[in-house]
Amino acid sequence: MTIGEIGPAGQGDAVALRIEGEMTIYRAAELKDVLAGAVAQAVAETRALALDLSDVTEFDSAGVQLLLLARREAQRQGQVLRLEACSPAVREVFHLTGLTARFAAEDA
Amino acid sequence: MNLDQLIHTFIAESRDLLEAMEHALLHVAEEGDEAVNAVFRAAHTIKGSAGMFGLDAVVDFTHVAESVLDKVRAGTVPVTEDLVALLLTCCDHIGALVDAVEAGTLAGDDALTAQGAPLCERLQAYLGTPAAPAPVAKTTAAATAPATAAHWHISLRFGPDVLRNGMDPLSFLRYLGQIGQITDIALLDDALPALEGFDAESCYLGFEIGFSTAADKAAIDEVFDFVRDDCQIRILAPRTKVSEYVQLIDDMPEQRSLLGEMLVRSGSITARELEQALAVQSAGGAQAAPLGEILVGQGLVRPPVVEAALSKQKQANEPRQENRSVRVDADKLDRLINLVGELIIAGAGANLIARRTQIPELLECTSTLSGLVEEVRDSALQLRMVKIGATFNRFQRVVHDVSREIGKDIRLDVSGEDAELDKTVVEKIGDPLTHLVRNAMDHGIEPADVRLARGKPAQGVVSLNAYHESGSIVIEVSDDGGGLKRERILAKAIERGLVEPGRVLSDKEIFGLIFEPGFSTAEQVTNLSGRGVGMDVVKRNIVALRGSVEIASTEGQGTTVTVRLPLTLAIINGFQVGVGKSVFVIPMDMVEECVEFRDDPLHDYIDLRGQAMPFVRLRERFAVDGAPARRQSIVVVRYGSRKAGLVVDHLLGEFQTVIKPLGKVFSGVRFLSGSSILGNGDVALILDMAALLSVEDERSAAAA
Repeated sequence: MTIGEIGPAGQGDAVALRIEGEMTIYRAAELKDVLAGAVAQAVAETRALALDLSDVTEFDSAGVQLLLLARREAQRQGQVLRLEACSPAVREVFHLTGLTARFAAEDA
Repeated sequence: MNLDQLIHTFIAESRDLLEAMEHALLHVAEEGDEAVNAVFRAAHTIKGSAGMFGLDAVVDFTHVAESVLDKVRAGTVPVTEDLVALLLTCCDHIGALVDAVEAGTLAGDDALTAQGAPLCERLQAYLGTPAAPAPVAKTTAAATAPATAAHWHISLRFGPDVLRNGMDPLSFLRYLGQIGQITDIALLDDALPALEGFDAESCYLGFEIGFSTAADKAAIDEVFDFVRDDCQIRILAPRTKVSEYVQLIDDMPEQRSLLGEMLVRSGSITARELEQALAVQSAGGAQAAPLGEILVGQGLVRPPVVEAALSKQKQANEPRQENRSVRVDADKLDRLINLVGELIIAGAGANLIARRTQIPELLECTSTLSGLVEEVRDSALQLRMVKIGATFNRFQRVVHDVSREIGKDIRLDVSGEDAELDKTVVEKIGDPLTHLVRNAMDHGIEPADVRLARGKPAQGVVSLNAYHESGSIVIEVSDDGGGLKRERILAKAIERGLVEPGRVLSDKEIFGLIFEPGFSTAEQVTNLSGRGVGMDVVKRNIVALRGSVEIASTEGQGTTVTVRLPLTLAIINGFQVGVGKSVFVIPMDMVEECVEFRDDPLHDYIDLRGQAMPFVRLRERFAVDGAPARRQSIVVVRYGSRKAGLVVDHLLGEFQTVIKPLGKVFSGVRFLSGSSILGNGDVALILDMAALLSVEDERSAAAA
């Protein structure tokens, strides 16, 4: 359950954030700060924020909210939040909640 | 509340439901449709809750049972004895599955799955049976359950506390997916506050869902049972009035276009209908109210459908009865009782010091305190009291099963269900009672032809009765069978060497012999005496609870086994007596009176108002050293029907007594049922009246 570093360098033009382990209510408060930090950094550096969720093992409503919040925050400040990769757990929830289309449409 | 606690709630509720299901199944014959509905509801709720937790094994199995029940409800499958028996077995199986959930072994328990498979097959047989040939039956089936999937619209707005309460909105979606198909879904995130105001543990989500299912509204509604209080739920039935859709759209201005599109896309409403309705409404301006009428005029509303939908909705929305009881962990209660016990001991210590110092204020304080402690004790013990009715009702099932098994027609009569006793006693009395009931059915009640020949009704009756009597609860198990054969028991006992030949025994003593270990292991005992399988075990279990058991029987008319148990195992009102330096406690409820003792070495009984009463010298019985006090007293005690005197040196009076079990070292000691700690720290021994008096009985009988 480690949160990847916010790697400013070597990740193309985007601020990269990799989240591992649970993305659930149990870690929601902690992840909120991490995500907010990443968004702030992306905005400050006028770069996109690229999220790598390929190692997220569990994903619940709290995770969904966090993701939506981060994306809205980024958009509000003129930046883009991109999903680089999603684990099966995340994809399943996207499918269930009809979010697949929303994320896909904007990422395309 | 976290998920673990929810699972516990699920387990506890499922058990209650299974009990209700069993009860209803056993009363199907008398209560008919009402009972069938109750069984169906129970199965349905268990399935629903299990689905919430993703307990697929439970859901799958219960689903099959529920399908059969649905057919029963619709009248296409008749209620037969076999079906009831099968459903009872299913009930047990679901119970086993729930047990597995509790033990955490549900997943991968192949043995359980294997057990369920044949049951499923037998259930499937009912499902596979072609519907009754009469076309009438078919129409009723069609009327009760719409067979084809219909299109519903569900609108959900989760409250902020849903996540904190341990529930995940996604699990409801997943569960919906099990009873139908989510055809369309839109996640609403408008309620998400700005970053600063965002609480990661609050829920801000909402969903609009197009849902295709054959289930009815109540079934859909039940999916959300666990969040009902925390969530706005709207379920729009298929072919709902267009106005209701419009209303929904109006209520959610933020998502107006999204929702409209979705409704159209999912086919809930056509684009034209929506446009018209919206147009008419905006044309009407302030007079939006008669929208419904306009729609009726346009032929958009189908009144009967609307009414049906509305009545269903009404049903679903009937206020649920407020639950006024609280589930408390039994361990917490035990801890409370233990603490109250310590409180009593500490209080007794304080009392003692107060009396020694003779400070009036202190005396007053301690006396008030004692009164309060006593009240606390009573209410704490009351918490653990449960009605015996639930235990009795379980025997309906036993009687039903056993009577099928042995091919006798036997009915169970239950009375005194409201008598209360300690939960720990209730838990432990189940097994001995089962044994007694089985015995009564197996050996007590005669086969139908014998009964008819004796002029009795063909149906045998086993009855359970309970009532309170002097600090004890009395449970009677009686049957109207052949009764015990006195002479044969006696002959057998003599043959076994339990009784010397030529001894004269009372009926009670002879019947009591069947509780002897040597007696019950005799092989031919069942066909000889008609009784006796494991009766010694029954007696031992009851004695272990500080209780006693007696048997009365009239040959040809029946037998009654009377079990007498203490109301509680924890704290009693005790009467303290002193012998030499030792203090003994007699349960207060058994003390009748105290009289002066005049020693007469010639007799071991006294004349109590013209009646001879045997007595026990506690000094001798417990080999206490020292000379007896100059003025000894007799405490007259009554236990059940017996009465006897206990000779003691001093009468110390009434005290609350916290019963502490005796250590293992003393497990072989007779006449003592426990110990207690006195206010001054000394140990007092609690007398076991049943043992003391029965020995006294034997002794006086031997002397006679």
